Amino acid sequence: MTPALAVRISAHPFFAALTDTQLAALAQDGMAATFTAGERLFDEGGIADRFWLIEQGSIALDMRVPGRGDQIVETLGAGTVLGWSWLNPPYRWHFGAMARLATTAIAFDASSVRRRCDADPAFGYAALRSFTPVIIERLQATRLRLLDLYAAPSQVRQAETQPTDA
Amino acid sequence: MTGQGTARSPPAEPAATAPAVPCFYRVISRREDTSDTVTLELTEPARPSHLIPAFAPGQFAMLTAFGVGEVPISVSGLGDNGGGRARRLEHTLRAVGAVTRALHAAQPGSLIGVRGPFGTSWDVTSAAGRDIVIVAGGIGLAPLRSVVLTALADRPSYGRIVLLVGARTPDDLLYAGELERWRRDGVEVAVTVDRADTGWSGAVGLVTALIEPARLAPGNSVAFVCGPDIMMRFTADALAARGIPVHRIRVSLERNMRCGAGWCGHCQLGPLLVCRDGPVVGYDRAAALMRVREL
Amino acid sequence: MPPNQDSGRQPSDPAVVVDADRLPALFDALHGRGYTVAGPTVRDGAIVVAELASAAELPFGWGVETEAGRYRLRERSDTAAFGHSAGPQSWKSVLHPSRARLWSADRVTGTAEAGETGERPRYALLGVRPCDVRAVGILDQVLTGGRHADPVYRGRRDGAFIIAVECTEPGATCFCTSMGGGPGAESGFDLAMTELADSGGHRFVVRAGTPAGAEVLADVPSRAADDATIRRASTAVNEAADRMGRTMPAQGLPQLLADSRGSPHWDDVASRCLTCGNCTMVCPTCFCTTTEDVTDLTGDHAERWRVWDSCFALDFSYLHGGSVRTSGQSRYRQWISHKLGTWHDQFGSSGCVGCGRCIAWCPVGIDITQEVSALASLQDAAATAAEPDRPAATDGSGP
Repeated sequence: MTPALAVRISAHPFFAALTDTQLAALAQDGMAATFTAGERLFDEGGIADRFWLIEQGSIALDMRVPGRGDQIVETLGAGTVLGWSWLNPPYRWHFGAMARLATTAIAFDASSVRRRCDADPAFGYAALRSFTPVIIERLQATRLRLLDLYAAPSQVRQAETQPTDA
Repeated sequence: MTGQGTARSPPAEPAATAPAVPCFYRVISRREDTSDTVTLELTEPARPSHLIPAFAPGQFAMLTAFGVGEVPISVSGLGDNGGGRARRLEHTLRAVGAVTRALHAAQPGSLIGVRGPFGTSWDVTSAAGRDIVIVAGGIGLAPLRSVVLTALADRPSYGRIVLLVGARTPDDLLYAGELERWRRDGVEVAVTVDRADTGWSGAVGLVTALIEPARLAPGNSVAFVCGPDIMMRFTADALAARGIPVHRIRVSLERNMRCGAGWCGHCQLGPLLVCRDGPVVGYDRAAALMRVREL
Repeated sequence: MPPNQDSGRQPSDPAVVVDADRLPALFDALHGRGYTVAGPTVRDGAIVVAELASAAELPFGWGVETEAGRYRLRERSDTAAFGHSAGPQSWKSVLHPSRARLWSADRVTGTAEAGETGERPRYALLGVRPCDVRAVGILDQVLTGGRHADPVYRGRRDGAFIIAVECTEPGATCFCTSMGGGPGAESGFDLAMTELADSGGHRFVVRAGTPAGAEVLADVPSRAADDATIRRASTAVNEAADRMGRTMPAQGLPQLLADSRGSPHWDDVASRCLTCGNCTMVCPTCFCTTTEDVTDLTGDHAERWRVWDSCFALDFSYLHGGSVRTSGQSRYRQWISHKLGTWHDQFGSSGCVGCGRCIAWCPVGIDITQEVSALASLQDAAATAAEPDRPAATDGSGP
């Protein structure tokens, strides 16, 4: 841990629910990370042993779909958190991730953070309170994308009404 | 004018003069933007039956496909407003029904009926001295293009100009070439798509994800939002959460219109007649109405 | 005062009495000035609005029985011509016709020409009830009071001559007094008549409301109205105000309807409402229209026709491949909320004049006054339930 890292972590609104003590504890599990454009962070199925707070740059979440190649699901930018699979067993990545641009981030040791959560429930609750809003917002956004709102009427199955042309 | 003091009334928006009868303009150019969207440039006829006043950004015309029917389409560019008349009009439209398919297919030289201008404007100049944030979803970028062009035509009057664009896929992105030019002219442009193909190197995700990282001073910003109803609601809520006051968030509503002039009753949204009290409406007024199911 | 004297009567001139058998002279005076007379006549089991060639076509001796979902002609015991209410048509049939051509265009010349087909007649509307006079005033505001004036309405309204007939016999579905009107004609007419058909004979007390009205009246044989006759007429009208078939609490309706958007009551109405749109057809202020573009076989000539539409139609709110209001609940809610509530926001008054036609002509007898009552009760119940328990008042014996 370096004091500089703790400062970098506290600069992010993401961990606003943590007290200074909790932030300092978390910082012990953190380390600076950089990625070059095109560098892969992890692949689907790999062990989810860390998560990242993205400070600058852009990361693409993807999945290799047979016949389609690597399909990008979503891109994540500065200020967001990458990686939830460390929260739930079997702690394996469900998607892959690749840096779109040169990216700087803070990486956290997932099993260490998990041990801290188990040992200190207050810390664990604060950590979860940081993650759940992000998860909820991304789920909502994904559901809105599923509605395919920008589609033309002919591209979407309509409700049963008598159409008049317009 | 009456010397009654210094109270300044808001500038009157241009209004149609012979509102029920179209003036037939000619198509002078047709550009295919995406697989189902075209941009048409229309010119005033040599001897117009009556004059159509100049359109303000945000206003719409009722466009007639000869013998087929009529639809409301917002202006998507500044056109040529010399002498206070609509000498040249620009409209981007999508083929979704019989009338829009006919308009979409209109070749240079063909006639298109124009009635207008109708409705409220974006009132871009009221944002002078502030940051402008424009959020467009899908075909919603078309009515917002005139906001960008108006602001760029008088760049020093405005603070930051931020344009956030959401499109269905990279192929559905409108005005892709112009986005680059706007970046060079001082607009901060961020684009995202709902679904990417392998050639896309930009952001993938909902357009609301672009709001948090955007550089602007929310307390001194005016927001202009256009797109599908639900997208406008979530976007406006996200802008409000970022700190932009709801009365400075403007949405462009859409409803069925059979006249554009306040006579046919079709375009009601609760107390609003969208053709007369809109289409541009402050989110402080629109928010509650947009939330009522089947209103 | 001698009859047929061109005295240049003014609106403040005293009322006169015109015998019923002199009505043909009124028709002559109107026809002579180029008016087409429109008025009530019996047709197909109802009293409708039609162009009348002569006074003989008026429904002398015909009355009506009306109730929710019911309208029947009945023979009167007298010869009154205007002793009826709640007919299926209103004066919008004349001023805001169900079909009108907006323009015709030629592809070769590239221009469109405004206007309806043929000569446009000037109309004299004979027999406009005070509720319908107010309805015309409301249509004036909707169709010509905004930024853009509807040219079809304007063309028929300008130069229309209005002969109001006061009510002495309100119908069972009438509630004009609740909506700020009444059985007496106060303004908005060229002539106002009060019909008396009793032991004194079949006659009309007539007064002019405008110089144009006075000028026409001067050509109709009449005699000065004596005080007793004037009193008899005004008493009949005043008493009619107390015999309305229904009432409606007209205060606070915009707020009530806005607050009721999520009310469970809409499900109740929807279980009865057929969304047939009859109410919108018979309502004197319903104005919604749609347009149809037509061409000839060559495709070089096109016309746009405007036709009546109804917010109950499924495709009324069509947008992006489907309609916004698909359920019956939402469409009934739209109609009543607009008529009694958002009309105020849009046009500065209520849209309802209490003529009761919608009640009579609804096939299932939905009563707008009862629906408002139901909504008001639900609001009251909700408000009471929301109030915190209050402690009982003390008797002052404690601190």
